[in-house]
Amino acid sequence: MKGYRRYFGKKILWFIITLVVAVILNFILPRLMPADPVAAITGKMAQGVTDASTTKEIYERFQKVFGTDKPIVVQFFIFVKNALRGDFGFSFSQYPRTVSDIIGNAIPWTLALQLPAIIIGWLLGNLLGALAAYIRKGFDKVLMPLSMLFSAIPAFGMAVILLVLFAVKWKIAPVNGGYDIGMIPTFSWNFIKSVIAHYQLPFWSIVLVSIGGQAIGMRSMSIYELNADYVKYSRFLGISDRKIVGYVFRNAMLPQITGLALSIGTMMGGALVAEIVFSYPGLGSTMYKAVTSADYPLISATTLIITIMVLLSTFFLDIIYGFIDPRVKAAQFD
Amino acid sequence: MKNTIRQVFHSPKFVIGFVIFFGILLLSIIYPLVHPGDPLESVFIGSDRGSFTPPGTYFSLYDATSSFRTNLNPKSKTAADRAVVSISDEQRVRMVTWLTAMEIDMDGVDTTDNEALLEIWKANYDESAKPKGMTKSERNACKRLNADLSSSGKETPLKVTSDDESVKIKDIDPMNYVPVNQVKSIVKLPLGTDNFGRDVLKELVSAIGTSLLIGLVAGVIATFIGLVFGLLSGYVGGLVDDIIMFITNIFTVIPSFILLILINYSIGQEARGAMVVAVVIGLTSWTWTTRSVRSQVISLRNRDHVNLSKLSGHSLFRIVMTDILPYIASYVVMAFILQISSAILSEAQLSLLGLGPSTTKTATLGLMMNWAMLYSAHLGGSWWAYFPVIGVIALISFSLNLMNTGLDQVFNPTLRD
Repeated sequence: MKGYRRYFGKKILWFIITLVVAVILNFILPRLMPADPVAAITGKMAQGVTDASTTKEIYERFQKVFGTDKPIVVQFFIFVKNALRGDFGFSFSQYPRTVSDIIGNAIPWTLALQLPAIIIGWLLGNLLGALAAYIRKGFDKVLMPLSMLFSAIPAFGMAVILLVLFAVKWKIAPVNGGYDIGMIPTFSWNFIKSVIAHYQLPFWSIVLVSIGGQAIGMRSMSIYELNADYVKYSRFLGISDRKIVGYVFRNAMLPQITGLALSIGTMMGGALVAEIVFSYPGLGSTMYKAVTSADYPLISATTLIITIMVLLSTFFLDIIYGFIDPRVKAAQFD
Repeated sequence: MKNTIRQVFHSPKFVIGFVIFFGILLLSIIYPLVHPGDPLESVFIGSDRGSFTPPGTYFSLYDATSSFRTNLNPKSKTAADRAVVSISDEQRVRMVTWLTAMEIDMDGVDTTDNEALLEIWKANYDESAKPKGMTKSERNACKRLNADLSSSGKETPLKVTSDDESVKIKDIDPMNYVPVNQVKSIVKLPLGTDNFGRDVLKELVSAIGTSLLIGLVAGVIATFIGLVFGLLSGYVGGLVDDIIMFITNIFTVIPSFILLILINYSIGQEARGAMVVAVVIGLTSWTWTTRSVRSQVISLRNRDHVNLSKLSGHSLFRIVMTDILPYIASYVVMAFILQISSAILSEAQLSLLGLGPSTTKTATLGLMMNWAMLYSAHLGGSWWAYFPVIGVIALISFSLNLMNTGLDQVFNPTLRD
């Protein structure tokens, strides 16, 4: 138990530290921007107003609304206080909609798309990689070059290829969006059917891209383990092949979980860009809209939410790793 | 050193990757020399942009009409269709019915031979004739059939006239052919044009060059920072190690993709050139190199030859350069190769988000992809505007990964097959 407590304590501490750094970076970086976003929105609102004092009044009113008239340290604490309450202010481009409203609508889509896609891609990849290491011969010869080729295609590229083939050419899948444009989100059968139809292409483009990399990693880990001394020793002892393979793959899995924890940020980044190709109503498309319309409260909040999602998934993977790795249980963890 | 290189080039994976990568690199260097000119210049004149012109060889119609002409017997499918009258089965039945009703001598005429049938039809058909047993509507159908037959068949020659339209200069007959090498103005667009009317192949080659440069600059910066941090952290240890590892651990977990978005957005539209983006990518992707260099250095730190150097009073710089760097060089090269490929991918993803190099003077692979998506090339079926770009990105990272795997197998014998 002592081992667990130390391990988890350390992981929680790291989670908090990285979160604080991420929040600070998230606050400071956009505010280093040379252009004044409030001036930009004032310019938009005050179109046609020739009176200088009216323009100034509008500018000051927006400064107050967005809180940019206060010193930067005060702004930071207001930002943190509001962020904790889930209040990220108003969106510049979709004013008077609030940022938390826009993001709240996007989060479920991204979660429902990326979480299953990355998990299934990881599982399938590991399974194929382990099989390739165990069977070798023809299976390995075909699978490995294919995996290398697939893992080289960027997620957005795979998204475009699937979109063009299945939606534009063969017309068996919808082109874009999360559901049919004419529909209102309800729990009706038709709506669910439409959501599932729109889900397929983004889902498979993420899965296909992640399978390749995972399979390559798992294959080389498994080959490395299969050549280890304990395997040879077990063979001499006459332990059944089935049991040895079980040990080998359990050992090969551990680095794969760490690998997933370390690469989940990159994978999510790629998947977010793939969302843009399909105009999927998730965080990726929201961010794209925010960037193109220079909506900095929305950019700031989207990046923060994505960072928190990545940090949380890394944290959970670390926790899972702690339960699986017997060395943590034996309190030998350093 | 020489031996190592020889060993590396014995790895088939490395060699395949190397050949592909240097093929792409050579293409980006040689093609602009053979076809000079601004890659981002429209091939069209004035405001005519000709959005997404399909790939092909285009030649000037004007030149073609003024070139030497010869009459050829059309062999190609479309030309043959134009010159030979096609008669449908329905038309054939109607013609034969009319001819037999008029009691015309059909002996020796093969009714399946189009030209013979047409000849006998033209010789005998008379609108005013009233064959026995035919209703008025049937006679009208025959009248329409006759009109169809005489309007199709040989196409009327195109008339080329001068400004004063009554003065005819020459006719162009469907049978006229012009040898291609006599047409002086030919534009070859092997990959068509994009939405701005630019030659996609030229643009793509220039984009490959820029993207490889971005990958190189970002890779050099990331590898340099990672190497320095990793060496310091691993060799010096103590407080330096703690501080560097603290920073490294934080930036491994915070996704670099998000940092790139925030930094690139903060830099602003005006200042964001291709090289600035490359530097930013380099500055955010050194953590991996730091980690792997550090772990290598720690395993080397207490080797005998390093201790001997220390006892001999060699400086820190000398120990690192002569006793440590040569041993980790292979890992650094491998990390560098992966940095190049991930930097090219990062640039492409940033550009798709609209945060790539904001310049209209140079093309990068990401920007080309972004332009193609903005103008819906993928929905309009203009595959030449986006597919080559995806293919090149995939090929570059495929070749670099292959080189990396090859090197890995050379330097880690446990991974060999």
